[in-house]
This record gives sequence, structure tokens and C-alpha cells, in this order.
Amino acid sequence: MLDVHLPGLDLKNPVMPASGCFAFGAEYGKLYDLNQLGAIIIKAATLEARFGNPTPRVAETPGGMLNAIGLQNPGVDKIISHELPRLAKYDVPIIANIAGSEMSDYVRTAEKMSKDPVVKALELNISCPNVKHGGILFGTVPEVAAELTARVKAVSEKPVYVKLSPNVTDIVAMALAVEQAGADGLSMINTLLGMRIDLKTQKPILANKTGGLSGPAIKPVAIRMIYEVSQKVKIPIIGIGGIQNADDVIEYFLAGARAVAIGTANFINPFVCMEIIHDLPKKLEAMHIDDINELVGRSWKK
Amino acid sequence: MIQEDMITLSQREIADDIFELKLQGEISGEISEPGQFVHIRVGSESGSVAPLLRRPISICTADQRHQQLTLIYRSTGLGTQLLSHAVKGQKIDVFGPLGHGFPVGAVSEGGRALLIGGGVGVPPLYGLSQALADKGVQITHVLGFRSEKDIFYENEFAELGETIILTEDGTNGRVGRVTDVLADLDFDVAYACGPLPMLIAVQKMITSKPLYLSMEQRMGCGIGACMACAVHTVNPNDDKGYRRVCCDGPVFRAGEVELC
Repeated sequence: MLDVHLPGLDLKNPVMPASGCFAFGAEYGKLYDLNQLGAIIIKAATLEARFGNPTPRVAETPGGMLNAIGLQNPGVDKIISHELPRLAKYDVPIIANIAGSEMSDYVRTAEKMSKDPVVKALELNISCPNVKHGGILFGTVPEVAAELTARVKAVSEKPVYVKLSPNVTDIVAMALAVEQAGADGLSMINTLLGMRIDLKTQKPILANKTGGLSGPAIKPVAIRMIYEVSQKVKIPIIGIGGIQNADDVIEYFLAGARAVAIGTANFINPFVCMEIIHDLPKKLEAMHIDDINELVGRSWKK
Repeated sequence: MIQEDMITLSQREIADDIFELKLQGEISGEISEPGQFVHIRVGSESGSVAPLLRRPISICTADQRHQQLTLIYRSTGLGTQLLSHAVKGQKIDVFGPLGHGFPVGAVSEGGRALLIGGGVGVPPLYGLSQALADKGVQITHVLGFRSEKDIFYENEFAELGETIILTEDGTNGRVGRVTDVLADLDFDVAYACGPLPMLIAVQKMITSKPLYLSMEQRMGCGIGACMACAVHTVNPNDDKGYRRVCCDGPVFRAGEVELC
């Protein structure tokens, strides 16, 4: 009923924690059995270790949160040697998120990561708003995104999903560009660039000044973008943005997503992925749906 | 660490915008050290997404036998203001206990401990003081507040050991800040919790004795996954180079992490 099949990914259910919100699984692995997840998208890997941005790195907004973590991670080699072996014991596909400052960083990181047998797919992070060099620049110019996708595809032994930024004028143009460049799938959306100012200090709350907005506040933006893009591309979409419960998952499928990733909600309810996986069959039964794949794109299909 | 709906046993305002909240539930039995914290979600019962994130609140005391938890917090923003409206019998979504607290074992029976607290950093020191007193440690408390209206638990602390109260405006106790009296005190180990400038000042003054500091940092998940609360280590050769305040702390030995 919940099985979903995407390039490189045979998922027992379509629910996975989103990159950056689940580290490398160890913390949530203390709370529940990770085997129940559809997949895990691990924290972004960069070629070299990164500490990330100064603190404060998070700020709250109505229905959302701003973050400017800045891709803190121990670097691709250490992730491969220390983190992936710990995930190997789980029967859950691992999707490795890849980020970089230069195209060559992405290519080398992707090449290393895609060779690891634990990794079943790559997610190309061309949309992190919190790093000065690279990051979002790669995700806002279609030609640049396409070139990066093609170069990573050329070295990757695993399917490549491209995580799109919502901070663009024409999301369909971005999606088509990376699809034509060989992307096997899309993740959408990443966070929306935002800012908050402290009334007492009269300065931005985040040390990085700007951050990425996530949480329920961005769900309508993601739904709209997936609705538009899924009608134009053939490759599957992993829907991301403000998902809090099974109803939200169903809405994403209706918009055109074929799987979903849960981010901020994990912080609010650490068991949210489990609860959604538990609740989905009941919701589908109530809708007289035998297979969740039947819902994909129903909002626009004639 | 568990997530549960704890039951509100009582709530009262014990100083200006400072609330004492007593909760009942299984989390009380999970607490291993004074200085740990819980992550509280407020307003969720209405289905609201504001405030969205949980609020980290330090544990004042835990009564494992009666499954009770006492929290003392300042009502400052939307989340804590909503929490301050919780009444007896109300359920509150609590996740915890989280983090590593104060090492009670850092001082032995008959030893002398100095507890230094500032403002809303004072509550976890009360649980620590209880644990140290149970162990037979001689305790001195140095507690700083802005003004008389901000003072709480003065008598409770006094029952456990010598208690020096300071206020910045001199309306109660001695006038000044906690650092004004430290030079005259004798102790084997010191513990501090309070605003960052206070921790920095205390760390500058106490250099020859073990000192443990409880840090505050904005958090997302509270369990070490989101990296929102990462701080640099002081030792450049440290393997990781960083600590997460939520799960590696909030209590660190002075000199382990950069205070910033």
C-alpha cells in the first residue's frame, strides 16, 4: 500500500527524514527503529570538514523557523569512514546529500560518495542559502544547475536527485534544465531565504543575518511548485516543506510528489516520521485508496 | 529520553515574571544529573503551529519517588508566556531529560562546593545543591539578581548552605555582581549557571580550581541532530573541534568550549 519505487530507491514507504534535520541518524536511532523509515537523507557532505556559521543559527517565525547552520559536517571522507558504516546495519536506503563551494568540489564529493555501497542515491544540494560561495548560486541559474548536474552524473555510480531552490522566478525552467542534464529525480523544495530582526538589539537575530525558512509556513509554496513542475517533468519528485502529518503527505502526493521528506517537524515531534508512517494506511483506507501511488498528481490529472 | 504529556501539579509566580511549574510524569524517573533540561512544546493541544519550536527549560529539581519535576523559568516570549498560563491538571508535551548536567562526583563528601548563579540561571543550581547536600558536601551559594523583585528561592538555598545574595541595584543583599565576592571564598570545585557575560567573568576569576559552566544556546532538535547549538572547542587539536550544547552539554568543564 505504501511501497514506492524511484530510481535507485525501493522504498517500503514514501517517508524519509530530510537532509540536515536528521544528522546521520544516530540521534533519532536512539528513539526508534530506523528500519521503519522509507529512506534516510543524510546531512550534506562537503569535500572538506565545515564548522558552519556562528551562532545564533536558528530563529523562530510564525509557523516556521529560520536556520543558518552553514553545512556543518565532518567532510566526505569522515562521513564515509565513520558515519556510513553505522548506517549499514539498517535495511533502509541512504540518500547522500552533496554540497560544495566549487563545481569541482561537488564532483569529487559525489564521486567518493556514490562509490559507497550504503549509498543508494545522491541528492545534489544546489540550493543551500547559508553558504557564501556556491550553494544557492548553483540553484538559481538554469545553465549553471544543468552543467553541475551533468558533471555529477558523469561521475556518479548512483542515481542523482537534484534539490531545487524555491528562491527563483521560474521553478519550471530550473526543473527542466536539470532534467535535460540527466537528473534522475528532483527534491523540492529547499528553504526560502528569510530574515528576522530582534526588536531589542535592532539587529538581525541570526549571526549570518539571513537564513533558510522551513516548516509549515512554506508548505503552500512547495505544493504550488510541485504542482507546476510535476506536470512538466517526467522524473519523480520528492516533496519537502512543512510536512507535519499524514494529511500533509497526501496533499504532496496529490500535487505530484512520489515521496516526501520531513525536516523541521522532527525537531518539534521527534517521533513524527513514525507517526506519519503509522497513520498513512488509515488515511488511505478512509479514502478507499489501495496504493498511495494512485494519488500522484491527482490534483491536475484529468 | 522520552516524550510524554506530563500533568501540571501546580504553577505559581515566585518572582517578577519567574514561574515555578511542578509536573508529574515518567520523565522524572529518567533524570540522572542535576543540570539536565527538558524540551517543552506549548500550544500544541490547540493544533496551532505557533509557537512552532520546543522550548528548552532547565530542570530545577526531580523527585523520582513521587515522579515529580520542578521547573523554574522566566516568562519572556510567546512560548514561555503560554506556558505560564498552564493550570493544575493541564497536560504539557515534554521531551527529555536531555543533555549532560553538573558532575556531582567532582567533589567528595566533606568537600566544599561553590555554586554561582545569575538570574534565570539559578534554578538548576538548586537541584545541584540538593544533590551535593545529600552527599555531605559543604556548599556556598552566590546568587546574583537584577533587583529584589527578581529574587526567588532565597530561603530554600539558605537551608542547604551559606547563601550570598547580590542585586545590581542594591535593593536586597549586597550590591553588585556575583564576581564581586568570589575572591574571598574558599572551595574545592565551582559550578556556575547564568548569562554569558557572567560565565566569562567567572571563568576569568576561577582558574586554579575545577569549574563547571552551564551554557545556553538557541536549539532546534535538542538531541544533537540539527547542529544549531554547536560551539567551538578551545583545544585546536580536539578530534571533533566542536560540541553541541544540547547533547554534549549544556554543562562543560571550563576551558572545554569557547564561551561566545
